[in-house]
Amino acid sequence: MAHKVSRLRTPVFVDWCPGCGNFGIYTALQMAIAELQLQPHEAVIVSGIGCSGKTPHFTYTNGIHTLHGRTLPFAAGIKIANPGLEVIATGGDGDGLGIGAGHFVNAGRRNLDMTYIIHDNAVYGLTKGQASPTLKLGRQTKSLPKPNLNSAINPIALALVAGYTFIARAYAYDVKHMKDMIIQAVKHKGMAFINVQQPCPTYNNINTKGWYEKRVYKLEETSWDPIVKSPDQELEKTANALEKSREWDNKLPLGVFYKNELIPTYEERISTRIPFYRETPPTRQEISNTAGKPTVVVEKWFKELKV
Amino acid sequence: MTNKELNWVIGGPQGSGVDTAANIFGRACGYGGYNLFGKREYHSNIKGLHSYFHFRISEDPVGANVNDVDLLAAFDAETVVRHAQDVAANGGVILEKEDLGTKFSEIKTLPVEFLADLHKKLENRGIGETVGDLMENAQERNIQVYPVPFLDLLKEVADELAIEKLSRMIRMKNVLAVGISFSLLNYNVDLVEKAIRTVFGEKHRIADMNVLALRKAYSYARQTFGDNFRHTLERLELDEEKVFLLGYQAAALGKILGGCRLQTYYPITPAADESEYLEAHEIFALKKGNGAVLVIQTEDEIAAINMASGAALTGVRAATATSGPGFSLMVEGLSWAGNNEVPVVITYYQRGAPSTGLPTRHGQDDLRFTIHAGHGEFPRIVLASGDIKECFFDAANAFNYAEKYQMPVIHLIDKALANSTQSLPFFDLSKFKIERGNIVKYRDAQQGEYKRFKFTDSGVSPRAFLGTEGTTMWYTGDEHDETGHISEEPSNRNMMMEKRMKKLETAHIEIPLEEKLSLFGQKGAENVVVSWGSPKGAILEAMRMLQTEGFDIEFMQARMINPLPTERIEESLSRARTKITVEMNYSGQLANIVTEKTGVFMDYYILKYNGRPMTTTELHKALREAIRGEAPKRQVLNFGA
Repeated sequence: MAHKVSRLRTPVFVDWCPGCGNFGIYTALQMAIAELQLQPHEAVIVSGIGCSGKTPHFTYTNGIHTLHGRTLPFAAGIKIANPGLEVIATGGDGDGLGIGAGHFVNAGRRNLDMTYIIHDNAVYGLTKGQASPTLKLGRQTKSLPKPNLNSAINPIALALVAGYTFIARAYAYDVKHMKDMIIQAVKHKGMAFINVQQPCPTYNNINTKGWYEKRVYKLEETSWDPIVKSPDQELEKTANALEKSREWDNKLPLGVFYKNELIPTYEERISTRIPFYRETPPTRQEISNTAGKPTVVVEKWFKELKV
Repeated sequence: MTNKELNWVIGGPQGSGVDTAANIFGRACGYGGYNLFGKREYHSNIKGLHSYFHFRISEDPVGANVNDVDLLAAFDAETVVRHAQDVAANGGVILEKEDLGTKFSEIKTLPVEFLADLHKKLENRGIGETVGDLMENAQERNIQVYPVPFLDLLKEVADELAIEKLSRMIRMKNVLAVGISFSLLNYNVDLVEKAIRTVFGEKHRIADMNVLALRKAYSYARQTFGDNFRHTLERLELDEEKVFLLGYQAAALGKILGGCRLQTYYPITPAADESEYLEAHEIFALKKGNGAVLVIQTEDEIAAINMASGAALTGVRAATATSGPGFSLMVEGLSWAGNNEVPVVITYYQRGAPSTGLPTRHGQDDLRFTIHAGHGEFPRIVLASGDIKECFFDAANAFNYAEKYQMPVIHLIDKALANSTQSLPFFDLSKFKIERGNIVKYRDAQQGEYKRFKFTDSGVSPRAFLGTEGTTMWYTGDEHDETGHISEEPSNRNMMMEKRMKKLETAHIEIPLEEKLSLFGQKGAENVVVSWGSPKGAILEAMRMLQTEGFDIEFMQARMINPLPTERIEESLSRARTKITVEMNYSGQLANIVTEKTGVFMDYYILKYNGRPMTTTELHKALREAIRGEAPKRQVLNFGA
């Protein structure tokens, strides 16, 4: 099958607001899927709740639109059961860093070989513009009755300390760059995270297109080197990335902050205990013969438990 | 007298080896041809608080405990104080010699309310303030008291082994107690040694030490007490091989048999035992090569249910196991699984509730919760096992139901079964089959677009797994159309609701009655008992006693409670003179569901919610009074320490 982005669009009407950053994200995602030559049955896009949650319905690959904040557990279950599937999780900033923050942190601990994209616009769009976990302290976007009382989470820094092994930032209106980030994330061996800065033209009147475009620059166009090449570089690269992640007010870096393929993936960790996990993951195990008789030999357990 | 039946209780502070002692005791009796039923009681505590194990051994199969104790082996004063009253005439108490001088008020782990109550009781009977006083009174009740200098015996063992630090051996007090017990019972000591060697397995050095301690205790008691105890146990002829199983082990093995290859869990009592047992047995033999079940410990129960659902979408038989508080967190995920027709299995280990409740104690508080959990109306199957064998087969069958009808299945297991142990004949597996329902294995372009939620007469759509070639599918928690895309159209909404709910009707019609309802006694009997879950063992035994006393009884055990086999239940109830429910909760949850569905009201509620399983003794009395019309409408049972 020819891989054209147009063939990756479903007939479902895209109901995001005109000018929404999600248009850039889903286009970049579809371009990446096309370029990676993934067949619709080979990939699974998993999403949470909110405007971004609808992304799978607009994309012609398997799509799982899950619960608010639970994107990562669903994605992990799919990936662990069938590691042959390419699993890309996407979700909003409230979804991933508010209600789902526990899963965000714990996904870092596992380092499954999959990708997670956060659509970060600093507001809860679908519920009409409340402050999200990434809105800065004291800011008052236009539908907030009062200024925000909470400090903002720094998603890049949180991903670093949680153990993500590929951490990048993209910008929703730089589609080509974002596509490259997604391809790198998918190809990365381990848990990859991309935070996408995304204007919300309806509710976020602070971090607008104009605001971003004055600040963004690309790390790859500087002397920045995010790759951990040996274990002794881990601390230094982490510290550098942490410092870099604090740039915000005047300059906003895009690109890869950190990449480390030296950490074993969850799949590799499972394989140390179950050596045949790769060849026969749970989905490939025959549980019964054609007559429905279980394949497992039970007699051995009964012997162990015999009196 | 040689016993046809014996009740043995061993107790001590948590962490002192009560469980191991019980395991050895049970196996040794099992090797001698006896049937066993044992229950474990423990506090929500790691070390120090009181725990005990009650073993009932019998020439006949047994499935419940009774009130009376024939031999009590106490590691500490608290065990004596808590259990001495249950020791029957002609019974015995083995205790630490030094504990005889212990005053009740010196036992710091005894709750204030227990002490106050004890003082009042003993004062009325003119009994003093110490364990010794209590034992003097026991002797007056014709109970033998066996004070043992456990520490001196341990010292002798330590000297023989040239071990200097006695503290390293203190846990071996448990094997000494087992040795004393079997010596009093004049039982074959070689069988006990065999049990020790099995329990310690590869740890040969530890096994040797324990065997030495066993023999030391055995001969000490022979020399000191001789044949003075009135109960003895003889080795019986083994008529068949048996397994010695705990409820959670049965459920874990049933899951593997049933094809479960992925289980998620978050640590919680008493459910975690099952997941740990599965993990310890993660690789197992298949007819060709090896298979494996992946056990994933998640960050919380929300992740556990949703990860299991995600896995189930790929075609793996996936499950999670939890208890009340964990299931509360899973409820939103359950609703998603119901809406998306996900065949996920939840093994629900019930414990005393609400909230943290009685975390290590028994209860059947959550039947209604499992039937109604989740926002909105969606189909789910709820099963409840009544004994350890059912834990095994229900765990396996749960996956068949889940996949055939494409819905979540909740399998209820009571704590009283999870932590109870029973010797059972090897299970007959010849009838068990794996049935996966309507599955799409491949699809080519000519067949048109695959629709995951295609409307059908049965409500069940052909199911493709994520990754099946030629299929693309969407799932959403929103109401959706046949392809799985969001739809808020009124007509689609009606059809989709009806499709989903239709599956429950299909399941109700297709699943044979014998898998849903176990029937005992006489159909058309005057007295009908309705129950579910763990009271089964006590009911069956009490029923046999009542039948010999001339009462006519039918017992209906609901094994599938949603959908409930209403017609058959109504048939018996509508003809009965006396309708009784037996449940371990406050309100009689099953009875009220039966009333809701049949319009028939129960005459008597026999309930228990003190956290301890029902005994045959108390249930027999309660049932007899109800049948004779001498009982109040509600009887609340209260036996147990």
